[in-house]
Amino acid sequence: MSASSAFSDEKGGSSSVGEPEYGHDPASGGIFSSDYKRHDDLKEMLDSNKDSLKLEAMKRIVAMIARGKNTSDLFPAVVKNVACKNIEVKKLVYVYLVRYAEEQQDLALLSISTFQRGLKDPNQLIRASALRVLSSIRVTIIVPIMMLAIKEAASDMSPYVRKTAAHAIPKLYSLDPEQKDQLIEVIEKLLADKTTLVAGSVVMAFEEVCPERIDLIHKNYRKLCNLLVDVEEWGQVVIINMLTRYARTQFLNPNLNECLLEEGGESTFYGSDADQDEDEDEDKKDEALSKRKPYVMDPDHRLLLRNTKPLLQSRNAAVVMAVAQLYFHLAPKAEVGVIAKALVRLLRSHSEVQYVVLQNVATMTIKRRGMFEPYLKSFYIRSTDPTQIKVLKLEVLTNLASETNISTILREFQTYIKSMDKDFVAATIQAIGRCATHIGEVRDTCLNGLVQLLSNRDELVVAESVVVIKKLLQMQPEKHSDIIKHMAKLTDNIQVPMARASILWLIGEYCEHVPKIAPDVLRKMAKTFTNEEDIVKLQIINLAAKLYLTNSKQTKLLTQYVLNLAKYDQNYDIRDRARFIRQLIVPTDKCGALSKYAKKLILALKPAPILESPFKDRDHFQLGSLSHLLNTKAGGYQELPDWPQDAPDPSVRNVEVPEWTKCSSREKRKEKKVEKPFYSDSEGESGPTESADSESDSASSSASGSEQSGSGSEESEESEERSDSDEEEEEEEEEAKKRKTQKKEPIEAVQQSESEQSSEEEVKKRKVSIPPPRNVSESESDDDDSPSDSSQDSESEDSESEAEVKKKKKITPPKAPTKPVKKEGKKEKKEMSLLDFDDFEPTPSPQVTPVGNFLSSSLVTDLEGLSLTDTVLSPATISPSGSLKSYELLHRITGEGLWVEYCFSRQPFLPDPHMVAVQIQFTNSAATEAKSLRLEEAKLQSGMRVKEFPEIEVLPAGESATVVMGVDFCDSTQAANLQLCTHSRKFFVSIQPPVGELMTPSFMTENEFKKEQGK
Amino acid sequence: MIHSLFLINHSGDIFLEKHWKSVIGRSVCDYFFEAKEKAAEPEDVPPVLQTPHHYLISIYRDRLFFLSVIQTEAPPLFVIEFLHRVVETFQDYFGECSETVIKDNVVTVYELLEEMLDNGFPLATESNILKEMIRPPTILRTMVNTLTGTSNFEERLPSGQLSTIPWRRSGVKYTNNEAYFDVIEEIDAIVDKSGTTVCAEIQGVIEACVKLTGMPDLTLSFMNPRLLDDVSFHPCVRFKRWEAERVLSFIPPDGNFTLMSYHVNAQNLVAIPVYVKQNISFFESGSGGRLDLTAGPKQTMGKTVEGLVITVHMPKAVLSASLTATQGSYTYDPATKVLVWDIGRLNPQKLPNLRGSLSLQAGAPKPEDNPSINIALKIQQLAISGLKVNRLDMYGEKYKPFKGVKYVTKAGKFQRPACVAISHFST
Repeated sequence: MSASSAFSDEKGGSSSVGEPEYGHDPASGGIFSSDYKRHDDLKEMLDSNKDSLKLEAMKRIVAMIARGKNTSDLFPAVVKNVACKNIEVKKLVYVYLVRYAEEQQDLALLSISTFQRGLKDPNQLIRASALRVLSSIRVTIIVPIMMLAIKEAASDMSPYVRKTAAHAIPKLYSLDPEQKDQLIEVIEKLLADKTTLVAGSVVMAFEEVCPERIDLIHKNYRKLCNLLVDVEEWGQVVIINMLTRYARTQFLNPNLNECLLEEGGESTFYGSDADQDEDEDEDKKDEALSKRKPYVMDPDHRLLLRNTKPLLQSRNAAVVMAVAQLYFHLAPKAEVGVIAKALVRLLRSHSEVQYVVLQNVATMTIKRRGMFEPYLKSFYIRSTDPTQIKVLKLEVLTNLASETNISTILREFQTYIKSMDKDFVAATIQAIGRCATHIGEVRDTCLNGLVQLLSNRDELVVAESVVVIKKLLQMQPEKHSDIIKHMAKLTDNIQVPMARASILWLIGEYCEHVPKIAPDVLRKMAKTFTNEEDIVKLQIINLAAKLYLTNSKQTKLLTQYVLNLAKYDQNYDIRDRARFIRQLIVPTDKCGALSKYAKKLILALKPAPILESPFKDRDHFQLGSLSHLLNTKAGGYQELPDWPQDAPDPSVRNVEVPEWTKCSSREKRKEKKVEKPFYSDSEGESGPTESADSESDSASSSASGSEQSGSGSEESEESEERSDSDEEEEEEEEEAKKRKTQKKEPIEAVQQSESEQSSEEEVKKRKVSIPPPRNVSESESDDDDSPSDSSQDSESEDSESEAEVKKKKKITPPKAPTKPVKKEGKKEKKEMSLLDFDDFEPTPSPQVTPVGNFLSSSLVTDLEGLSLTDTVLSPATISPSGSLKSYELLHRITGEGLWVEYCFSRQPFLPDPHMVAVQIQFTNSAATEAKSLRLEEAKLQSGMRVKEFPEIEVLPAGESATVVMGVDFCDSTQAANLQLCTHSRKFFVSIQPPVGELMTPSFMTENEFKKEQGK
Repeated sequence: MIHSLFLINHSGDIFLEKHWKSVIGRSVCDYFFEAKEKAAEPEDVPPVLQTPHHYLISIYRDRLFFLSVIQTEAPPLFVIEFLHRVVETFQDYFGECSETVIKDNVVTVYELLEEMLDNGFPLATESNILKEMIRPPTILRTMVNTLTGTSNFEERLPSGQLSTIPWRRSGVKYTNNEAYFDVIEEIDAIVDKSGTTVCAEIQGVIEACVKLTGMPDLTLSFMNPRLLDDVSFHPCVRFKRWEAERVLSFIPPDGNFTLMSYHVNAQNLVAIPVYVKQNISFFESGSGGRLDLTAGPKQTMGKTVEGLVITVHMPKAVLSASLTATQGSYTYDPATKVLVWDIGRLNPQKLPNLRGSLSLQAGAPKPEDNPSINIALKIQQLAISGLKVNRLDMYGEKYKPFKGVKYVTKAGKFQRPACVAISHFST
């Protein structure tokens, strides 16, 4: 009898006799947990014919297992029921079997045939569950059977069974590691699977079995990136962690150039603006400009960053953390900021989550302080936080402290000192000490504060303060002899050994500053020597030695006394120290050579201790990992490899991915690309923006020369499945699917081209300029002043790479009948652009130019935000009518505080009627005044002329000025590239006229118009 | 990944164990008990512990410890998040998560744990799928089961796992199709002694209860989505749609779920709805002290403040309190040193007041801390951030559902901390 019939037979069949529900009998637990004789009853029940009795027995047994009771003697009785018809009994028997099979291997074999039958069942769920139980039985003898079953299941039609196969792989591996090679084959096969269901599980298997075989990932890298958003949460975590490691081996360090342009302003830069997304682009531009050797990010690297970014919004803290660590380890410095907000969000979760997140934030704050500065207040401590959270928050606050925010942080620390939680208070005092060492300006303030704490009533507070003050004083002892005197007085009262030891050390070290007090302290200490703790005794010996060397007249006898006491101490360390010191300092007849140098030895200048965060350098562990948390390597931890050291050698990377290029014929690729947006549109999931940039990514990847055959098709297949929840659809074989998609292609292509065509003109324009290979355009766009590519730049700005993709589209579908439906297409496009591109349709703002063309999906939204704030900021006077758009000529970051915008005032330019009037507004947001602002012609296109504005002599800080200049664009839309000069710097800027701005408005009647037209 | 799970009650008894790989002896928990002994509060037990052969990751919820054992590297948050998911599943199934309930439903619990992990890797964690495989017990079903002898295991084969929409069960049918959304906001504020807001932020969640037939595709839009500073979503929400259009587009799970949670970070916007005047002083002699609390409405936008509860964490030296409240009732727990004043509805005409004397431990020095005060409250029909749901559209199904939105404001970690008037750090 096959298992399937067992399942189907049972539908509605098992309602037999009434029996008490186990769990609701309060007495049952007590009886069974103590009484083993009852097992006979259970055996009887299991042997009976009634399912209800069997079920009851199984429930009791499972309850015993849950409680940790041994029920292994029931094994023969239970295993008989493995083929029971009743699904409930069966389920519980499985639970039992999995638990005890390892102990009773021979008997467990009895059940195997049932599962083998189940593996052949037509129902996918039964196949899956049979495989699941079979692989969970840890009996070495069935390894070959398991291997066979896994291999078969890996090519099962049902993705669910394939998922189960992926789960079974690590089970078999742990049972018999010798199967590794065969299992790797299965993993390789499953990695190529295109369903989201399998992806997470197989990557998990990969990580457990063969994490070192990074080469298996190459072919699947893009697919995994594209599937990621739709994989279930747990799978996402595993995939992201694996891809982080992968990227570290395959791509170049995007921050390599950082060292070249070390900018001090980095931290304040973030602090100035809370919205990280905006900063991202500005910062990128900034970097790109000052870069000497342009770094070109691998498009695949970009793909990973872009596709993981939305997952920062996941509800699952583990996913958010995984993305955060990915960004931390892989993203260009300027982009890492986006993760801060998401991590801060996790701080509102359960305290365990907070604990882990704060550990990671603490590590991050050491390297990237600026990132978390805007969220300083989120790390403020609440009285209800558990102590371990408080201490971690304190750590983060300390790491975040800088000249600008130190006063706020210190004020916050003051309140913490009043806390009732003494461990926390001690940690706060330590934190104050660390702030004081790092930030010179507040050192005296902190020191004063700590000295006042010395009169605190709580001894622990005092003791901790003493220890910290000692460290601080070491930095500049000469100034603070009064503090040392004050502390010397404390020795009478304070009992905490560490504090006493610290005070004694201080007095000894700086005995020249307190020549009168020091011998007296020694006198007192000598009296109490025998009652002191060991660390205090050691310091007393040290103090005695130091005083003996500087002031032997007064202290000779005292020192002798102390050394004699120490000679007979119980602790050998103290006896040793005493012996050593005596030999060193007391001159005897046969003294060694060393005693000459005693003074040098003991009174050597000691370097001040560096108070460092315990989280320093912890980032060599992958963040978010267990090893990072424990700061030791956990078993099975995969090292995060260093970036490849070699200089960027593109050919090496090409070699790494030869399969991608090979199998993709040019045409195939294009066809596939066309499909993709169709599906995502039909899914209703992607707005116009999304389809635009999802296009751009495939476009960019194609241009890089390394094209993966199926990146487009996989996703489309995936989305097809997703939109179609029907089971049968799922079970379709891959081939059938492919056939189907191919059939669909022509129609899709049509639709695509329809919707993509915006207007004749645009298309024409795009047709003309076919984009150069990706990396070329990228590097070109770095320098704005080359006029040849400026038009292309502007293209890519106004709707990013969408434009380029359209160009491709236009060429792509060879047989696509575009005409009949053109009108519809137009309309659609218009609506879409109204929705999204409204704000920046013709934006030739140079600010975006240097940013990579394969921009992140959120760029559009980012830009939206940008342009919004810009309009808010710019004074209304600049534009006579609301419809006038102002464009940015020079961004305030690039311009070092000088911010220049321009707009076409649509007024006649009086000096020369051929020129277009351009109104330019300068705003000086820097702290200093800008002098002699003027324009110089740099490289103008032939025929272009420019009438400069009169030089602005001085523009005080915070002021703005408006001027008008004239440009003759010669009726072309080429940009006018100019040089904007200040007294100290020159900036290359370009003014790009939209077509509409080049025309002069003129009124005429209909007849006149017709007459003109007729000419 | 996750090797074993132990459930441990407050007093340190292991009352349930589950192993997904080979069995690990209970003795591994001794390391945990050791750490628990050291910690003053159960919350202070480190969530991650290292033992010679294993790593212990635990969470503490509902007075229970969920302790998982892992043997090799695994992201700690992964495990922690999963354990919380287990607790939430139990709450979902049994209404609460307590030792008694788990013991009463031990078979169901065991079945759930079996389905949630396979070989230590999460398999089915969505409540919709789990419920399809293992029916949650209800009073009615328990009775029926007792009488008829059936049990709460699903007879049908679960198909949810096969769907590409793993969070929604298939074949949902309702006679009344309804979708309710509760916008619940919490103010999270720290106010200093003088009444100035040190920091304030609004946390919000949208809890949904969707009972719709078939496979509805919903779109929820807001009047003012720009208000939302930071959001996180249920997996059903399509990220890209949000990024592009600021609408929530999703195929909902069946039943109750948290659609999104958000954060509004606008310092000046946050209007704190109530104020509390506090005057707590201790006599120099150290024998006692005086307490005087008054609460009043501040900016409630015309709505009534309900469920007002003020909690004061007293210094350790306070033995007892004899107070009189003009409204509501108060309790003082001498063990935890927490004074709870349950006011209820706030009457703006007659402000509630609590005053009286505190008695201190004899001989104890005068406590210096000014105790911190936590305020809990609730305002119906108001989302304090001003967030408004614009409309809800449904695609994919033909019927007309009944739709409803409710707004509630609560005080979250609303805190007036200890005195801030220390001057020795003046910079």
